[in-house]
Amino acid sequence: MTEWLSSGLFVAGATLAVLASIGVLRMPDVLTRMQASTKASTLGLGCLLLGLAVRNPELSLVIRAASIVAFMLLTTAVSAHVIARAAARGGAPLWDGTVVDERPPEARGADGPAS
Amino acid sequence: MPVLTASLTLASTMLALAAGMTFIRLLKGPTLPDRVIAIDLIGVLMVCLLVVTAAATAQQAFLDVAMVVALISFVGTVAYSRYIERTRS
Repeated sequence: MTEWLSSGLFVAGATLAVLASIGVLRMPDVLTRMQASTKASTLGLGCLLLGLAVRNPELSLVIRAASIVAFMLLTTAVSAHVIARAAARGGAPLWDGTVVDERPPEARGADGPAS
Repeated sequence: MPVLTASLTLASTMLALAAGMTFIRLLKGPTLPDRVIAIDLIGVLMVCLLVVTAAATAQQAFLDVAMVVALISFVGTVAYSRYIERTRS
């Protein structure tokens, strides 16, 4: 039973990582690529570490896995924010289908949308 | 335990495939933030592969390596972003 659970968690985590890389490859825009990367990669890594902790629940391993998950949950948000700020201030072009851009015109980059 | 071995093989194959697709974005990426995102995702995929390796070999030292790789990848991403902001302004 435990084997099946941890095997399913491993395959689910790898599937989420593949979905993240498909999103990074196919999304039309810097910001959408960034959200695909961050969201699915944290979830995928969480699934993999949960599968590892389910497989052999020793205390030292569970503590290491939990600290890696906590660290990734903290740092992924920070690094995504920093990349998004750099891209937005540098005037990265948005997707044509973007509906709303709430930045004031002087905060947009050099070659942002003209609206 | 054939189920566990099969799932570990499948997971590492899928992670390698994901790293390959992210590498295409790293080569193509029209702007510099795209490449930084691709490098960040490659670092996360490397951490995932290290976790799978730790499960396959039952060596806990790989988890320490995964933690260090995650730390360095985060610092590298923040440094690249600061570089982009400084050079544009």
